[in-house]
Amino acid sequence: MTIGLIVKTTGRLLVPFIFIFGFYIVAHGHLTPGGGFQGGAVIATGVALILVCYHYRECMEKFIPVSSFKLVESAGLILFICTALAGLVVASGFLFNWLNATGGLFGNAVAYGINPGDLYTAGIIPVLNFAIGIEVFGALSAVLMFMFAGLKETTSEEDDAELPIENIHKGKKGGRK
Amino acid sequence: MIANLPFIAVALLIGIALATILLKKNMIKMVMGLAMLEGAVNLFLVTLGYRENGIAPIFTNAPEGADMVLPTVQALTLTNIVIGVATTALMLVLVMVIYKKYGTVNADKMRRLKE
Amino acid sequence: MNVLLDNLPALLIAVPLFCAFLLPIIGRFVPKIRDAWIICASFAASLVAVITAFTVYTKGTIVYVFGAAAGSPAAPIDSGGIPFRIIFTIDGFGAFMLLSAAIVSFAVVLYLVSSQKERTGRSEFYALYLLLTAGIFGMVSTGDMFNFFVFLEINSLAGAALVSYHRRGGLAAEGALKYLIVNTVGGLMVLFSIGLLYAQYNSLNMAVIASQISLSTLNIIALVLFIAALAMKAGSVPFHFATPDAYSVAPSGITAVMIVASQAGLYGLFRVLFTLYGDAFNTVTLGWVIIVLGVLSMVIGVTMAIPQKDVKRLLAYHAVSQTGYMLLGVGVALAVLGDPVAMTSYGQTAMEGGLFHIINHAMYKGLLFLAVGAVIYRTGVWSLNKMGGLGHNMKWTMIFFLIGALAIAGIPPFNGFASKLMIYESVFAFNPALSIIAMVVSILTLASFMKVFHSMFMGPQLPEYAEVKEVPKLMIAGMVILTIFVIGFGLFPDLVVNNLVAPAADALINNSAYITAVLGGGL
Repeated sequence: MTIGLIVKTTGRLLVPFIFIFGFYIVAHGHLTPGGGFQGGAVIATGVALILVCYHYRECMEKFIPVSSFKLVESAGLILFICTALAGLVVASGFLFNWLNATGGLFGNAVAYGINPGDLYTAGIIPVLNFAIGIEVFGALSAVLMFMFAGLKETTSEEDDAELPIENIHKGKKGGRK
Repeated sequence: MIANLPFIAVALLIGIALATILLKKNMIKMVMGLAMLEGAVNLFLVTLGYRENGIAPIFTNAPEGADMVLPTVQALTLTNIVIGVATTALMLVLVMVIYKKYGTVNADKMRRLKE
Repeated sequence: MNVLLDNLPALLIAVPLFCAFLLPIIGRFVPKIRDAWIICASFAASLVAVITAFTVYTKGTIVYVFGAAAGSPAAPIDSGGIPFRIIFTIDGFGAFMLLSAAIVSFAVVLYLVSSQKERTGRSEFYALYLLLTAGIFGMVSTGDMFNFFVFLEINSLAGAALVSYHRRGGLAAEGALKYLIVNTVGGLMVLFSIGLLYAQYNSLNMAVIASQISLSTLNIIALVLFIAALAMKAGSVPFHFATPDAYSVAPSGITAVMIVASQAGLYGLFRVLFTLYGDAFNTVTLGWVIIVLGVLSMVIGVTMAIPQKDVKRLLAYHAVSQTGYMLLGVGVALAVLGDPVAMTSYGQTAMEGGLFHIINHAMYKGLLFLAVGAVIYRTGVWSLNKMGGLGHNMKWTMIFFLIGALAIAGIPPFNGFASKLMIYESVFAFNPALSIIAMVVSILTLASFMKVFHSMFMGPQLPEYAEVKEVPKLMIAGMVILTIFVIGFGLFPDLVVNNLVAPAADALINNSAYITAVLGGGL
């Protein structure tokens, strides 16, 4: 059986919210539980929803090729290693937190005591979170698309014809494998 | 006794997971057993960090004089989950390739690499 | 330049990772420079490793702290003296393993660039290869237990993906699946032990755990799990199931690097036994356990290798057998660790023989796999029954295979003879029966390789191999690099043992030097 119209419409409505929620988890990684990998996995869940709702060969392969996800993954990885090596150039330590408490990008100081937390703090940690989030999103989506490409499709008549009625009622083991 | 309950659960899970990996013939069930083994080790690591009446280890949410649970083991568990995702994905893709070539996922029927 | 020299251990993993991350983009947009890029990247990584090793040999143990400005101690000032930063601690033993990994990985890259020329998916192949190199370099340099586990898993994942690269009708996927399952179970056992140790001593730093360890029940459980898991990774009996399957279906150059990766597992085993647990326990029983594992590996490896028809499977069983030699040598040293008189008379020689055998095995086994891979590349058959008379066409390959076969059998003047002689002498002083077994295994190895050499290269030229030519020059260049070291280490063993192996053996035997270097003065 094919996926019905209700599933397709609900999937289309839910996907932007999933993306925004995943982006929120990535961005607030230094204040609340979460971070790069968790947020990236949630964004990849949105892509999985699109893959399940829409027919892979007719819709996904034509509009979003797999190679674009691989480029996204490479971009995330390059951002990570360049930020780490920049610590080497700027302040002579690999993965040194060279943006911490300097007033530049993400450079506010962290206040003591109980406070709601400032998003603009903690140096290179949010930058690394973004890099890992982009990378995980690209990698997991590429893995999902490759796995979907390996599926064997059955047509609708084959699906219904495989199941003889008398086997269902008698509970014999001759049904669908 | 109540404090030891998570460790007993870890021991049970490890036993069931090892039994699955060694005894089952369907390769997908072997991969599932391996995922269960990872879950058991993750549970063990998180339980090690528990302290009585501790709160979540968030720096900007900590009242004075309260104990926190250990955050280092939580970082270890997260890293292990990421490694587990990559390993399970690679194993499932290899099982898919074997299924395409041999038409079966039964480990006894598809052994080609003999002595 | 000063910045680079101060941060050499960080560059050990940063340079291969950076080049690996750029490879898919280069492969997509400018594919012409991909071969040049991978050769330059591997050369740069090996150069960094060699410079780091020589810095350690001249200046002593390097302790590098991540995420802090250069020259910071492992324990920050406001932490109350607890070292919680992640560190890389490279002592004599780590530098020794870095040297062997650097030489083999660069020689194999020269071989792979020309043997993979007609295949697709090369960007990801080389990216995974650079990831494997970074994993091996990191695993032998780190001073932090959990960092060791992460690099162990990187090695098994990248290794399994590389093993399954050539399809060969589904055989490669089966070998890679077995390899991945065995290594993942081993890795989880290591993580369980790390959790046990962390819960008791509240630290992941190897030096801190080593300075406080005692022998309670939980620590014995952790030690047993460590030995089982790391012996599983190194491919010794009784966990050798995955090794022949995975090594026989992998591309030939990759097998040579996977031998280095499994020896990094041996590094982990020796690090845990000698440095982490140190002199906290009675070493005689534990030494005998390692000796029994070594003897079993030697005997079972060689007896299962003799009737093999698939030539790469035969070489893989010989790799299992040679691992037994290393375990035998170091096991004897472990058994006499508490006895100073025996230690100076033969224990030190046994340890040096076992460690010297590690680098020798990487060189000559790598050379053998590359030579056999060259034959398979030109003829397309793996079975010894179908090969024959190739000495007429492939003269260089025949010479390299002959050198490798003589080295593995322990014939002077090649490097196998030097390390095996040290092992025979010292093991004979410990227990004569073990030495006799080792010599019999060596004779059986020689017989097996004479059979292989005769059936592959000798005899009349077969009609179906009339047009088989010699392999391209880059593949020969890779084999030449390994041959130089095989012959060089065999002609000057004294130089090598005094300058390269003796610091490694000293670093393992006295673990107090390791603890002092990290914690800064006093236990």
